[in-house]
Amino acid sequence: MFRLGLIVNPVAGMGGRVGLKGTDGADCLAKARELGAIPLAPSRAALALRVLLPVKDELCLFTCPGLMGETAAVEAGLPFRAIGLGVGPQTGPEDTKEAARRMAEAGVDLLLFAGGDGTARDITEAVGENVLCLGIPAGVKIHSAVYAATPLHAGEAVLSLVRGRRPSRRLAEVMDIDEEAFRKGEVRSRLFGYLPVPADRRHLQGLKSGSPRSEAALQKAIAADLLEKLKPGALALVGPGTTTRELKRAMGFEGTLLGVDAAKDGKLVAEDCGERELLELIAREPEGNVRIIVTPIGGQGFLFGRGNQQFSPDVLKRVGKENILVAAVPGKLSALAGAPLRVDTGDPRLDRELSGYTKVVTGYHEAVMAKVTA
Amino acid sequence: MGMDMKEKIRDFHQARWDEPVIFELSAPGERGILVPEGGPLIEAAGKKALEELPEGMRRETPPALPEMGQMRVLKHFLRLSQENLGADFNIDIGQGTCTMKYSPKVNDRLAGSPKVADLHPLQDESTLQGALEIMYRTEQLLKSISGLDRFCLHPGGGSQALSGIAAIIRAWVDDHGLRDQKDEIITTIFSHPSNPAVAKLRGFKVITIYPDPVTGRPDFEAFKAAVSDRTAALMITNPEDIGLYNDRIREFTDLVHAHGGICSYDQANANGILGVTRAKEAGFDLCFFNIHKTFSTPHGCGGPGCGVIGAAEHLVPYLPVPLVGFCEESGKYFLDYSVPKTIGKMKDFYGVLPAVVRAYAWIMNLGAEGLLEVARVATLNNNYVFQKILKMKGAGAPPYAEGEHRMEQVRYSFQKLKEETGLGIADVQNRIFDYAGHIWTSHEPFIVPEPFTIEPTESYSRDELDEYLAILERIVEEAYTDPEILRHAPHRSVIHHVDHDYLEDPKRWAITWRMYRKRFDGYFQPKDA
Repeated sequence: MFRLGLIVNPVAGMGGRVGLKGTDGADCLAKARELGAIPLAPSRAALALRVLLPVKDELCLFTCPGLMGETAAVEAGLPFRAIGLGVGPQTGPEDTKEAARRMAEAGVDLLLFAGGDGTARDITEAVGENVLCLGIPAGVKIHSAVYAATPLHAGEAVLSLVRGRRPSRRLAEVMDIDEEAFRKGEVRSRLFGYLPVPADRRHLQGLKSGSPRSEAALQKAIAADLLEKLKPGALALVGPGTTTRELKRAMGFEGTLLGVDAAKDGKLVAEDCGERELLELIAREPEGNVRIIVTPIGGQGFLFGRGNQQFSPDVLKRVGKENILVAAVPGKLSALAGAPLRVDTGDPRLDRELSGYTKVVTGYHEAVMAKVTA
Repeated sequence: MGMDMKEKIRDFHQARWDEPVIFELSAPGERGILVPEGGPLIEAAGKKALEELPEGMRRETPPALPEMGQMRVLKHFLRLSQENLGADFNIDIGQGTCTMKYSPKVNDRLAGSPKVADLHPLQDESTLQGALEIMYRTEQLLKSISGLDRFCLHPGGGSQALSGIAAIIRAWVDDHGLRDQKDEIITTIFSHPSNPAVAKLRGFKVITIYPDPVTGRPDFEAFKAAVSDRTAALMITNPEDIGLYNDRIREFTDLVHAHGGICSYDQANANGILGVTRAKEAGFDLCFFNIHKTFSTPHGCGGPGCGVIGAAEHLVPYLPVPLVGFCEESGKYFLDYSVPKTIGKMKDFYGVLPAVVRAYAWIMNLGAEGLLEVARVATLNNNYVFQKILKMKGAGAPPYAEGEHRMEQVRYSFQKLKEETGLGIADVQNRIFDYAGHIWTSHEPFIVPEPFTIEPTESYSRDELDEYLAILERIVEEAYTDPEILRHAPHRSVIHHVDHDYLEDPKRWAITWRMYRKRFDGYFQPKDA
């Protein structure tokens, strides 16, 4: 029997149709309801579940009461088991987290959840990297890489798991978007964490990117190339991401996955630095002795201004454009489908200066000449 | 009753044999041929030959080859051959970039005649004049097709030819004392991946250019930013794998020349440009053709093929040896090893002669006008299929170069099908075997989602193209109405469902019988588990 957990965040996506760009927070939800928003996520989840009908006898579906899961299971016609979670009429992030913890205790083979970036964040907080997860896209904001492209893709991915596929896992990014800013038309995001997802290139990423194994190998190759580019004595300011994490490992330390770490000659100098700390570190170095190493964050190809705001305009100006090294696995560039890399430092003049063409390290002695725009 | 010619969907079922691996069929002591005893003289001579082998090369136990009677061997391979599809069986247009065209059987006869097949590679040149003449004449034809000055017919395939080209670039750079300065090679993402691979192999750094999202051609501004005095060479395919011809190619080659670099033309996709454009006029110094693709010799399942390297005058001194020369005085052809800065030999003896014979016959049969007609019909066939697939539910082409025709092939996408049904190219691929078809998922370089590449070539009639399109349409329809049939496909093929996870995990591989026995028991049961 395949043990499948299902959590639906019923309020996910409610803000979208009524133009609220998200549904985080109780006030916003109330406003969405006022504007006539109805829960959409249960139906999206049911779309995915319906794909599983041919294997319903091989499946043990654990889910939550009401709109948090049962509704979708009933709509899809799948038998289910309740996990004994008591929820009020208005569910919230705490319910999602509690449900995720219980699913983990129940030992689910896969935790399927319907929601948006906020939901993925809650799941990450509750179960971290312990449970294999997969998202059904139902929210307004889907910047996290843990979601299948559509509910049908999610269904197909689960179906193949139930039928015995055993793909390896990969860590996918969970992004955290500031909804307040998003409503004002700004996208401010940071990397919140990672969730393990099945490395299923057919359903999660299409055939666009390489296998997770080759991705790991590519990241090691990129690290080797970057190491060669770092002259002895140079101060390296290494930005967040799994690609840059390999560089840190190659230098001999783990560092932070989400923060900016400073290193020199393979030794960690300072961990998880803020803007001020970076400026202090730079001030101690002779001119031209500092390198910034970044990888585009998320699916939109931002080099600066998303997930690494520590690299402020001041920091970037002092280090200088010529001392910025950009690295990315080829799949990340391909996923942009021809769109340029972006910079949004908050200083339009600096953004213009950083624009143009830049060499992006994509492997050992391999690079792509990529366009950067503000 | 034959198939319904209107519906064009075959009621097909492939032969299915649970034929064991040949090693499992071995019966100790069984023999296919009982070799007669040699007699004392021969035996004595043979003993001496063994004794002359260096000690480290002499094996103590005989190799564990399968021991079998003739009839068993014959059945084994006939059964396997029934579990196969190929250019002579099915409508083989789904293997884009491979140029699967008809290889006339009469050319096989020529290549298989004792005059070719029974030649020994160590025969004296004076007894090989006919074979050498064919090679010499083939070179003259290739020179006229490309405009370049000399060709070496040695390499056994396209990637080996490219590898030779990279070696020539390396030798040229070193020869000019530029090793520290010229260390970069530029390519494009839709050039064949062997280009960056061989560049890396020869110690160059590789810079890749992506296409302009509107025109689909390599982004010239990005290219300008990449070219510098560090540029050793440009290694590029044109038309690229997506079927678009880069009409600004001369600007690319001129820019590289202005920085003192070399331009190499990957002409594996030459089927749409025969007699239309040439490497010389596009400004290239080096090129290669796959004569097992464009010039109609069978691919032989990855080999033996024949990739020929062409060079402009200034790079001729670096070509691999031997070239084939002709001495006016004696009227004799000869193997020419006197190439001053040669990169050396690329293959034993003098290459894959049967492939050269077939290509020579094919070109001579068509003549210059015929080659141009090949390019025209291949392009026409392709654009016919292109227009049909653009109208097909769930299918489409990446959104560049809209409204333009394509050259001899197109990279398509089933992304829409995937979005609407959850099923994509991998599922279509599994199902198409049930209709005696084949479609390649052509993922490299992982840019076009749910990709497939169709290259109809000049060999196919409209009737057969329609049959292939009918199969695709049927499968797409099934994806929308009966997805379960695709998920479990193939149903009427040799095996059911290949699980790609295995292909991506080296721990689960066994590429030789010896490795299999070391790692696994039973049917792929790991020994350490």
